[in-house]
Amino acid sequence: MVYENPDGVRIGLEVHVQLNKLNTKLFCGCSTDYHDSDANTHVCPVCLGLPGALPVLNERAVEFAMKIGLALGCDIVEQTQFHRKNYYYPDLPKGFQTTQYDFPIAGEGKVVIEGEDGERDIGITRAHMEEDPGRLQHIGSIDKSKGTLINYNRSGMTLIEIVSEPDMRSPKEARRYLDKLRSILDYLDVFNGDLEGAMRVDANVSVFMGERVEVKNISSFKGAERALLYEIMRQKNQIRRGGEITMETRHFDEAMGVTLSMRTKETENDYRYFPEPDLVPMRVAGRVPDVAATLPELPDAKRKRFLEQYEMSNMHAKALTSHIRVANFYEDVAAKVSPKDAAVWVADILKGELNYRDLGIDAFTLDDIIEIIELVIGNKITEQSGVEIIRAILDEGGKPQDIVQAKGLLKVEDDIVANAVGEAVTENPEAVADYLAGKEKSLNFIVGKVMQKTRGRADAKEAREMVLAKMRS
Amino acid sequence: MAKWTNISQIKQSIESGSAEEVTTSYLDIIGKSKMNGFVAVSDEAINDARKIDADGHDGALAGVPIAIKDNISTKGLSTSCGSKILHGYVPPYNAHVIEKLKDAGAIVIGKANMDEFAMGTSTESSTYGPTLNPWDKERVPGGSSGGSAAVVAAGEAPVSLGSDTGGSVRCPAAYCGVVGLKPTYGAVSRYGLVSYANSLDQIGPLATNVSDIATVMDVVGGYDARDSTSMKHENNYHDALKDDVDGLKIGVPEEYFGEGIDENVEKSVWDAIQKFEDMGASYEKVSLPHTKYALASYYIIAMSEASSNLARFDGTRYGHRVDGDNWHDMASKTRADGFGDEVKRRVLLGTYALSAGYHDKYYLKALKVRTLVKQDFDKALANVDVLMAPTMPAPAFKIGEKIDDPLSLYLADVNTVPINLAGVPSMSVPCGMTDGLPVGLQIIGNHFDENTIIRAAYSFEQNTDHHNNKPPEVA
Repeated sequence: MVYENPDGVRIGLEVHVQLNKLNTKLFCGCSTDYHDSDANTHVCPVCLGLPGALPVLNERAVEFAMKIGLALGCDIVEQTQFHRKNYYYPDLPKGFQTTQYDFPIAGEGKVVIEGEDGERDIGITRAHMEEDPGRLQHIGSIDKSKGTLINYNRSGMTLIEIVSEPDMRSPKEARRYLDKLRSILDYLDVFNGDLEGAMRVDANVSVFMGERVEVKNISSFKGAERALLYEIMRQKNQIRRGGEITMETRHFDEAMGVTLSMRTKETENDYRYFPEPDLVPMRVAGRVPDVAATLPELPDAKRKRFLEQYEMSNMHAKALTSHIRVANFYEDVAAKVSPKDAAVWVADILKGELNYRDLGIDAFTLDDIIEIIELVIGNKITEQSGVEIIRAILDEGGKPQDIVQAKGLLKVEDDIVANAVGEAVTENPEAVADYLAGKEKSLNFIVGKVMQKTRGRADAKEAREMVLAKMRS
Repeated sequence: MAKWTNISQIKQSIESGSAEEVTTSYLDIIGKSKMNGFVAVSDEAINDARKIDADGHDGALAGVPIAIKDNISTKGLSTSCGSKILHGYVPPYNAHVIEKLKDAGAIVIGKANMDEFAMGTSTESSTYGPTLNPWDKERVPGGSSGGSAAVVAAGEAPVSLGSDTGGSVRCPAAYCGVVGLKPTYGAVSRYGLVSYANSLDQIGPLATNVSDIATVMDVVGGYDARDSTSMKHENNYHDALKDDVDGLKIGVPEEYFGEGIDENVEKSVWDAIQKFEDMGASYEKVSLPHTKYALASYYIIAMSEASSNLARFDGTRYGHRVDGDNWHDMASKTRADGFGDEVKRRVLLGTYALSAGYHDKYYLKALKVRTLVKQDFDKALANVDVLMAPTMPAPAFKIGEKIDDPLSLYLADVNTVPINLAGVPSMSVPCGMTDGLPVGLQIIGNHFDENTIIRAAYSFEQNTDHHNNKPPEVA
């Protein structure tokens, strides 16, 4: 089935990724580990833009950027070049942002997503490096604030701006693209996406091949989907009412769920780009093979390998490879128990329980899950008890063995079940007769009696088999 | 006027007396001065000198006072670039050159006056008012490092640091009758030098003699990882202090003797070149054909870079602030009040030159011209060892004479700006007098070939008396 894209929606995304796993900032030696620190404690003359301070390019930041470029299938530039983007804003201590202009570190590439109608390539236009500005903090609420404070701890952090082609045809595809990008970046170990502001999104949207509108200030993937849904609806309504769509920049108001006009094309800034005279070009082309050699197996490749190596379903392969830590966790579990059991327990059960609690895979230990799976496979506990143990660990803590003891989850011995089955059949001749006469439901009644007698510790499936055998004997 | 005229005399005095005595003596002289050469005097200088006496120091400049141009960051000592907008700004860090000087035992005695943000040829655009020329108090000392040159000429400091973007060390050196070097771009770290035009700026020393220039260069020169444009180039400047120009090939660029050149300046420079011939050098006329475009190229590039460099002065973090209704209003009012006319003129012109629609026509074209100017020097210096020409086409002009005619001020830079565009080193040395005012001979060399310049200038000094001319009150 081909997706028709009835509204002619075209979405391109600009994603700012903060490379917060670098130890130091882009142009100075200040530590990037400021998230729990007091304001303006991770600053120096360079990132404060003090008179006379000069930037020095962080080589490791270049390496990270190259890694990202290569992972997105981009061409890497011969040598770095930085430009000044001139504009006034209080969070910008130099009155210009040092960024890349006509020679971005990475050129064209692509990302494969699960589109509306199957796999789809989303083109990457470019990825370039730039410095993050500081942060404005208002005293009290923004509208009643008596003043604004500026925290420059963030100033000079390395950003990679990844610009896509307008290849996405729906907010859902945009969301898939963002998820995929995040997944790739996670694999590269270049950023911690959980930190505030680690990924920021600007979207360009048009409908019916009309003018594009830029939507800024999107701070989450969910927000991106909402902003795009609203903006597409707004543009369609405008056209339906006979209005026109003009090129403009809009601001997404997360609380209201609407986009509001910020500025039209006439009032666009002229950034007066020119080459940063304080930085000399760094030749990087020769380092591409070395950096490429450090690239890990990426999500798409890993998914294909999981399909082949572990013979799992496509659904399991996707679920298990979207996060690098989940994939590694799975492989560790699969090495101890069968890959099939590992897939069911990690992808279906554990991930389900974790997602429900908004937790990551790190919230559970490898030893615990392996122990639980082994208990189930070894027929010591029922599958349902296994799930109960996982929940108990997540909600109350504890170790599987202790929970098994405390909750009395060990399966009862087979002869006890056999006795209970014998009793249940003997004590309920009418139900047996009904079943044999064709009343299927009667079987459940007898199995229920068995469960009652064993206080629920029998395996219901096994008990059912045994009741059937007993009645037929 | 101090009793010392050079570093070696000071070092002798320190050996027989004390560094404290030397610094106290200079502080007294500065305190009584009416030259307006200093805009700030260090409270720490005397303690630093006492420390040298107490602990001993074997650095090349141990106990030697030095004046620092007001655009070079000095920790704990006001650095205002001659501008109201930086009133009250005290850097929390030292420029690379200051660290080097302190390591060598130098005493940073105070900050020297300058044209606001180094934009000028006369030191008249300073918020602190003009510095006077020690040779004639009605005349300018040149600029933009006018304070740095005047205090050395007047004996208020034995040596100083200036900065040279389009002639700002050489011009005042010529006008004040001292020696000034603009090193090769990349020879001295700019870390801590408040940028005017980053691709042209270079810190350079001023002194009464060539030997002291070499001494200071040996201290402040060299690679610094904090300035990406600084170069890994080892050099010993002192090695070049040899009285020997035998076989030296001098090129004389005809374009540097153009229209408007003062007759006596022209004569003094030719006399100097003939003196070199007598000493064993030879000369030939050479051509730097793109000289006539250099001035336009220089001003476009310098103003463009400046328009961006000066954007950070918005009253938000440091320096002067005028309150406003909101941030943009505050920043606008601060800049309107804090910057002088010349700075505003250059920021506006630079902003214009970089604007969409004009960028290619002005900025890009200026960069192309810059490449051609560079090639001129490469070609000329392939055949000769140094180039010699007047530093300034005329001697120091009167205070107020040109301040309302910026174009005539810009034109005075015609012989100095091409050197910055090319990035090559150049020195101005005294070579005579015209109507009681000093004349400067400019000696230009190849990239990182300061030593040939120093050797030529040192030889000239050994065989002439021009450097012994002293301003009336000093003599």
